[in-house]
Amino acid sequence: MDILIWLIPLALLLGALGLWAFIWAMRSGQYDDLDGAASRILFDDDLKKGD
Amino acid sequence: MRGLGLDEFYRRREGEAGLLKPQDAPIADFASLARVNDDGTCTLELMVAGLTCGACIWLVEQALAQEGDVLRARANLSTRRLSVTWRGEAARADALATLVARLGFRVAPFSPACLRASEDAEGRELIRALGIASFGAMNVMLVSAAVWAGSDMGEATRHLMHWLAALIALPTVAFAGLPLFRSAWRGLRAGQLNMDCAVSLGILATCAMSLSETFRNGEFTWFDGATALLALMLLGRVLDRAARQRARQAAAELLALQDGLVTVLGQAQPVPMERVQAGARILVASGERLRLDVVLEDAQALLDTSATTGESLPRAYASGDALAAGAVNMGAPFTARVTRAAADGSLAAMGRMLEQAEQARGRYTSLADRAARIYVPTAHLVALATFLGWWLLAGLSWQAALVPAVAALIITCPCGLAIAVPAVQVVASGALFRRGVLVASPTALERLASADHVVLDKTGTLTEGRPRLLPGARTEGDLREGASLAASSRHPLARALCRACPDSAPATGVREVPGEGMILGETRLGSARFVGAEDTAGLSLHLARPAVAPVAFRFADSLRADAAAAVQAFQRAGLSVELLSGDAPDVVARMAAEAGIMLHTASATPAAKAAHIAALQAQGRRVLMVGDGLNDAAALAGAHVSAAPAEGTDLAQAASDFVLMGGGLLPLAEAVERARLAQRVARQNIALAFGYNIIAMPVAVAGFATPLLAALVMATSSLVVIGNALRVGRR
Repeated sequence: MDILIWLIPLALLLGALGLWAFIWAMRSGQYDDLDGAASRILFDDDLKKGD
Repeated sequence: MRGLGLDEFYRRREGEAGLLKPQDAPIADFASLARVNDDGTCTLELMVAGLTCGACIWLVEQALAQEGDVLRARANLSTRRLSVTWRGEAARADALATLVARLGFRVAPFSPACLRASEDAEGRELIRALGIASFGAMNVMLVSAAVWAGSDMGEATRHLMHWLAALIALPTVAFAGLPLFRSAWRGLRAGQLNMDCAVSLGILATCAMSLSETFRNGEFTWFDGATALLALMLLGRVLDRAARQRARQAAAELLALQDGLVTVLGQAQPVPMERVQAGARILVASGERLRLDVVLEDAQALLDTSATTGESLPRAYASGDALAAGAVNMGAPFTARVTRAAADGSLAAMGRMLEQAEQARGRYTSLADRAARIYVPTAHLVALATFLGWWLLAGLSWQAALVPAVAALIITCPCGLAIAVPAVQVVASGALFRRGVLVASPTALERLASADHVVLDKTGTLTEGRPRLLPGARTEGDLREGASLAASSRHPLARALCRACPDSAPATGVREVPGEGMILGETRLGSARFVGAEDTAGLSLHLARPAVAPVAFRFADSLRADAAAAVQAFQRAGLSVELLSGDAPDVVARMAAEAGIMLHTASATPAAKAAHIAALQAQGRRVLMVGDGLNDAAALAGAHVSAAPAEGTDLAQAASDFVLMGGGLLPLAEAVERARLAQRVARQNIALAFGYNIIAMPVAVAGFATPLLAALVMATSSLVVIGNALRVGRR
């Protein structure tokens, strides 16, 4: 059972990483516009200024 | 719009649907609202109404990006917020706002009301708490599953597992449980045992019992149950908020569009109406809504008072007459002296009256609360009896007796109940939203389901609320010519004429005589007196040309297209329908007959309307009031449940539970059926959740419950309840 000494902290670390990513995403405003985000992937970004 | 690669599309579209016309130019002064950043760039926050899809935000962002000096343009489809940053002068703000307006969107400053609706701190806290609770629940479950499965696990390893679970669960509960504990505390202080009290007590008791089991190294700890319950409760809360988020945002959007700027004489810029002092002289433009109580200074004015009195015909006022806020200027621009500042005016007085009525309605107890009132004391008594029974009668140590007692508490803890009603609300509100009905208050659906009598206002509710051209003796050419003259006026009748003939090109060189009509060479369009035609009653415009007899265009406020169908739908749903209007008896009788309404009352003052609603309520009727005007606001607030069209006045919307976005009444009539279905499903859900509890409770009391069983009960009852709720959204 010695392996638990490594595995449990590892599992918790991975979980905490996920939690941190979630909080980071929320702080940086990625959940602010769920409707718009769905269609942004379809936008071209090759239009240049003043075409 | 050129240069975005859409030229071909618009050539075809214009061919099919007539000319695309931009909306009115924005009236607000945007340059003063632009914020100058530290690095010398400027940022403007705008509310853009009419953003409905991804293509809209693409169009707005691309059109702004085409401007050489714009650094960043970002539109938010959920909150309708557009943020533009550019390099250079703040004065560019007007040009950029006009650019967006030219694309066909209405723009308004991003007002504090919008900000409140979108920057929803409480909602963010809930989502963060949900994220943390889910993380905690999953990781505790990871440890707990090992204990459940590990029958061959050594004592020391199990003790380690218990401590690990405690280490994860206790901070999770302490942090993520805060929103719940706060609500429970508020309930306790108000002397009410709400659902949150029960759940908070359950979670805290479970944590305490599990901690004591951890110290004792008992067989099981129950941290997984406590954290999972917390996560489910928070999920229910987040869903409940999401259901009304759209409604709140749409309401704030409408208010922003109506936000009043007043032209004060002697001031270069329009002034927000709250800052106008009594005694100031203001200019009221044609078609503008009067926002303050004033005394007329000009010789005469023509005002549409349908919002304040319900009269459908505009009334003429003479110099010195007092004009109440809410009327719309139908004639020439006029100057007037403000008699009371906005905070003391008639609108504010009405707002205060509404608040009182709102408080009376706030006492309504929702189904979930009623269920909680039965459930909470029962569950607590059973838990207490279990503890006392095992401790005193069966002779267990108090720590050991605590285990079955708290197990009974957590197993019966209404996780199914917690999401039983919110899940139904979310699904029902979403289905109604797609049909253009916004649900603005938490108990609105329940109250709508129980309504048995509908009272409709006439102007703007049963009718369009704006003049529409009636058929008459005229040629297509007359109409086209009239519309081309009318195109350059803001007068409501001229607008109605343009709407009747949308593809006529505006004539150039037209001169407007304010309040009278338009002149182009020898051709005149305007009031009967202005063109020299014989005077006739009613709303009309006359077109006079040299050597041709004058042509009259008559207008009337017509019934909404779906009014009769909506009245029938209400009657099919078992509601009696009544028309209550401030307008003249003959008009009301005619409209009632057209819409198929038997009961009608005319010439009702705002106070009479509110009294009528109160009398109906006193008879035990549950009244659904639908109205749009300031004169309806008191009646709306006093009714059992109320609805207002989106184009109605802001006060009417503030007093309403439902806002009708599409403008039609039929979606509301259909919403009654859906609200009833939602109520049935909510009752079933509560019964299902109770059913699970009734089976699980004896097992827990007898001391056979394990955390595994609790987890299974919790998960299955939640899934069953959610699955059942999804039925409301179908059809």
